[in-house]
Amino acid sequence: MRLSALWPGGFAVFFLVAVVGGSLLTVVLQFRDSNLVEVLSDTYLHSVIRFTLWQAMLSTLLSVGLALPVARAYARQSHFFGRHTLVMLMGLPVVMPVIVAVLGIVSIYGHNGVINQLLRVTGVAPAFNIYGLSGILLAHVFFNLPLAVRLLLPAWEQIPGESWRLANTLGMSSSQLFRFIEWPSLTSFLPGTLVIIFLLCFTSFAVVLTLGGGPNATTVEVAIYQTLRFDFDPARATLLALIQLALCATIALAMIRWLRALPISQGLQLQTKDRPDCQALTYRIQDAVLIVASTLFIGLPIAAIVVAGLQGPILGVILDPVLWQATGRSLGIALLATSLASLVALGLAMTARRLVLEYRKPQATDIALWVGSLTLAVPPMVIGTGLFLWVLMTDMPQMTTLLLIALVNALMVLPYALRSIAPVLINSGRHYHRLCQQLGLEGWMRFRLIDWPAIRRPVAFAAGLGGALSFGDMGVAALFDTSGAITLPVMLYYRMSAYRFDEAAVTALVLVLISVLVFWLLNRTLGRWPS
Amino acid sequence: MIFLRKLAGLAASLPILVLPTAQAAVPQLTVYTYASFVSEWGPGPLIEQAFEKHCNCDLKFVGLEDGGALLSRLKLEGKRTAADVILGLDTALTGEAEQTGLLQEHNITLGSINLALPWSDLLFVPYDFGYFGFVYDSETLPTPPGSLEELVHDRDGPRIIIQDPRTSTPGLGLLLWMRKVFGTDDQAAWTALAPRIVTVTKGWSEAYGLFLKGEAPMVLSYTTSPAYHRQVEQNNRYQVAMFSEGHYRQVEVAARLSTSSEPQLAQNFLRFLLSDTVQNILPTTNWMLPSVRTGQGLPDAFRDEEVPERMLQFDSLEVRDQRKQWISRWLIALSR
Amino acid sequence: MAFLTLEQITFALGDWQLRASVQVPQGHCVALIGASGAGKSTLLSLIAGFETPDRGQILVNDVDISSFAPSQRPVTMMFQEHNLFAHLSLYDNIALGCHPGLKLTATDRDTIDRALAATGLSELSSRRPADVSGGERQRAALARCLCQKRPVLLLDEPFASLDPRLRQQMHELVDQLRRAHGLTVIVVSHLPHEVARIADEVIFMHEGSVKEQGPVDITLGDPQSPELRDYLQFTGGE
Repeated sequence: MRLSALWPGGFAVFFLVAVVGGSLLTVVLQFRDSNLVEVLSDTYLHSVIRFTLWQAMLSTLLSVGLALPVARAYARQSHFFGRHTLVMLMGLPVVMPVIVAVLGIVSIYGHNGVINQLLRVTGVAPAFNIYGLSGILLAHVFFNLPLAVRLLLPAWEQIPGESWRLANTLGMSSSQLFRFIEWPSLTSFLPGTLVIIFLLCFTSFAVVLTLGGGPNATTVEVAIYQTLRFDFDPARATLLALIQLALCATIALAMIRWLRALPISQGLQLQTKDRPDCQALTYRIQDAVLIVASTLFIGLPIAAIVVAGLQGPILGVILDPVLWQATGRSLGIALLATSLASLVALGLAMTARRLVLEYRKPQATDIALWVGSLTLAVPPMVIGTGLFLWVLMTDMPQMTTLLLIALVNALMVLPYALRSIAPVLINSGRHYHRLCQQLGLEGWMRFRLIDWPAIRRPVAFAAGLGGALSFGDMGVAALFDTSGAITLPVMLYYRMSAYRFDEAAVTALVLVLISVLVFWLLNRTLGRWPS
Repeated sequence: MIFLRKLAGLAASLPILVLPTAQAAVPQLTVYTYASFVSEWGPGPLIEQAFEKHCNCDLKFVGLEDGGALLSRLKLEGKRTAADVILGLDTALTGEAEQTGLLQEHNITLGSINLALPWSDLLFVPYDFGYFGFVYDSETLPTPPGSLEELVHDRDGPRIIIQDPRTSTPGLGLLLWMRKVFGTDDQAAWTALAPRIVTVTKGWSEAYGLFLKGEAPMVLSYTTSPAYHRQVEQNNRYQVAMFSEGHYRQVEVAARLSTSSEPQLAQNFLRFLLSDTVQNILPTTNWMLPSVRTGQGLPDAFRDEEVPERMLQFDSLEVRDQRKQWISRWLIALSR
Repeated sequence: MAFLTLEQITFALGDWQLRASVQVPQGHCVALIGASGAGKSTLLSLIAGFETPDRGQILVNDVDISSFAPSQRPVTMMFQEHNLFAHLSLYDNIALGCHPGLKLTATDRDTIDRALAATGLSELSSRRPADVSGGERQRAALARCLCQKRPVLLLDEPFASLDPRLRQQMHELVDQLRRAHGLTVIVVSHLPHEVARIADEVIFMHEGSVKEQGPVDITLGDPQSPELRDYLQFTGGE
């Protein structure tokens, strides 16, 4: 085996190991006075782990379970006015700062939310209480259902027109279509989607605390924050981080193994017009109900955020030059983070493809996706602390602060980039590998002529999502000194901690709008970049 | 490492990522503090301007998330810290800060200053203080409870939003307050209160945000919160419930570091914090009570009846030693 | 004298094994027949360089090419499917045969134009594969093979999905191009009698080894081995 041919993945893995492993190791070496046995036998931790697993499992099943019919409705109704916009808005919840989203959710579904107010006035049903497990699940579905829809929709786009025509001639019913055509295509997208959403829910922090109603609702991530911040025990925090990583790694592996992905078949014509059940009135009504209901469920809290923003002191906030400086900085971080993540994802995917096609190691795809997704299980606070110690030990200039934030954000964006790029790249390889070999299409030429046109759209989507995600994330920004160079989410947080909730609402609106813009711009420009 | 240096080089070429570099020539005083202190609405910018007018120095604030982050940073950096002064620890954290051995006595004769609170600590200078209190919405809650006892034991009492003592300063403040009032019966008190706790949030901002959205008529905050609404929003709707047992006090302090290369300048700054100039800035920017009785007195928005008659506080060393155990008791009580 | 020689090739894939010694003179067209799993495609893959033999040599014009990368071999191959990149125009797909980075010289353009003309695709060159018929797609693939200017052309059932008339036209086109360019052709087919029209020789494979090899008329007309007789029974005669 020529190892030198595997350099892109090697470099990507080295990068991940260096950043994640290096920073964890730095913390452990600096503060090595923690006892693994003592940490492992802590009954408090046991109950925290139990709760974390339980809520993550429920949230994942609920989010993906509900996303399947919604995604199917969108796939079946491939042409209606506003579809493109609605699908794009699906990317919004996951990129919003948690505190903004939570306030939006509460405005609609809270004690004093629109729905409960309506219930009180009309007396149709007693008011409901969202605080507790139900609140956690509601918020997690709000964040992850749309994400799941976006991650699953390509499964339908992969189905060749010929399959629909064949189904048409065979007279397949809607459920048979699902069983014989849609499900096989879904199996190559479901494991990754489940893993990503499970990890997001597992590591959820502020949502769980705020809507969980009490300390029963504590995730491992909360315990890590507490250990690091109030107990100041970095070594213990790192141990907890490793426990979380090990748990997530095991569960993610089990999910990937259990749901074996089938190879994707690709047709020349990707269209659903020949789908037998897309015209039937019953299904059109059913799809319309699903699309409207999911749009309302997600859209109402977002609308509440917009309304709150519009009621605030708009001029005062948007005329403030500091706001635009912060926006500029956040954009810079987002761009850097998303480029870095895309490069690492590309490296991993390229090498996974080589391993699959040339070295006959079909499990390489799963492993690459697994490794790339696990960065979600790494607590940013611990990585941030490790990186901070690095900076301290190597006397690097202070200006690396924003760079480090971008680095941590890149880890957060990587799974999305990898999930979007890897399957398409590997699939393209399956079709064209021998042809490329024969024509001597290699390296840069092959990338430019063959691979880039294939992954252009997935990369654009991942970059858009990643850019918006990184743009709206406060992440570790607060860990470093950002007083001289604050980012937009930090500014939002500052305003809230200074009672300026009305200004914060406007800032949130600006942030949400720019997130949409970032997503749209990256998605559009890259997606249309000529081959 | 080489890789990171290369990245750093890359950052230098991206103008958007470059931070302004400090001017040399004059001595620099680096002050670590919490973020909201240096935000454009906080006292930081005004204090910096006033201090630099006379000190012939460059005052540089480094803003971190909160008091906890401040202490973490100090512990992470140890003797390598760039800080000359640390500003913004509260009395729940001073015990641990002292343990780092990084602090130097301030050598300021506090006796000559007309302090509003008794203080004799040799390391820490108190620059302002406040009391934790429950802020309520007078439109939905006309008659708030008059004591912590009443809040805890009145089954039909108002529902409240509090913060988590594991992740926030006010949350820890309430924990200590309850402990002070109910002593070893604290667990029973928490269990009695539990049904009326709507939720426990990560930090003050989440709790106060939910309260303003009307999710509960009462929220754990500071006794000075209504002053903000009166002064800035001309709004009298939000009031603080004064409790007969007294309120738990939070004193915010500053200290200089033994590693500082500018010990004299650091001391000047600490003394400056107690000057009338700074003390008059603090109430309406940091929304806390000034620790010095200045000639000017408090702004109109601050009301005498909102200053508790009785002050409750634990010794900071006791907090340091007992905190973990008390939090476990709290967890058990609320997990029932 | 043989132009393409396979000298005691062995290649194992799990339990299955391929053993073959084959000689093809220059400019000849050989029909490679046999049941599914006989090893026809694998034999082509070995010649094209997608697989490496465990033992034995592959010689073209007395040069051992066993260790060459596929693109370095004097061989070009048409596959059953995915012969064209779906996102590129026919012209670009064909031009890839001249230069894998599409850096084309005037001579290249001339070659491409002639290949387009020879395959009757001049009018369609700006279309994408999805916008032309199946026969036109395979003609384009053939045009690209011409541009590669390799003396050996391997056809792995590329016309299997076309209707009989179209398939016959394609076979005639291959025959025409072979004569015009002096190509040595190996064509895999499930329909021995159809392909026999353009082939000089037949190679019959069975369970990984070459059972019979000889001139078309003799081999198909008077099969020696029971396996070939059996096989021909099911493929129908004329």
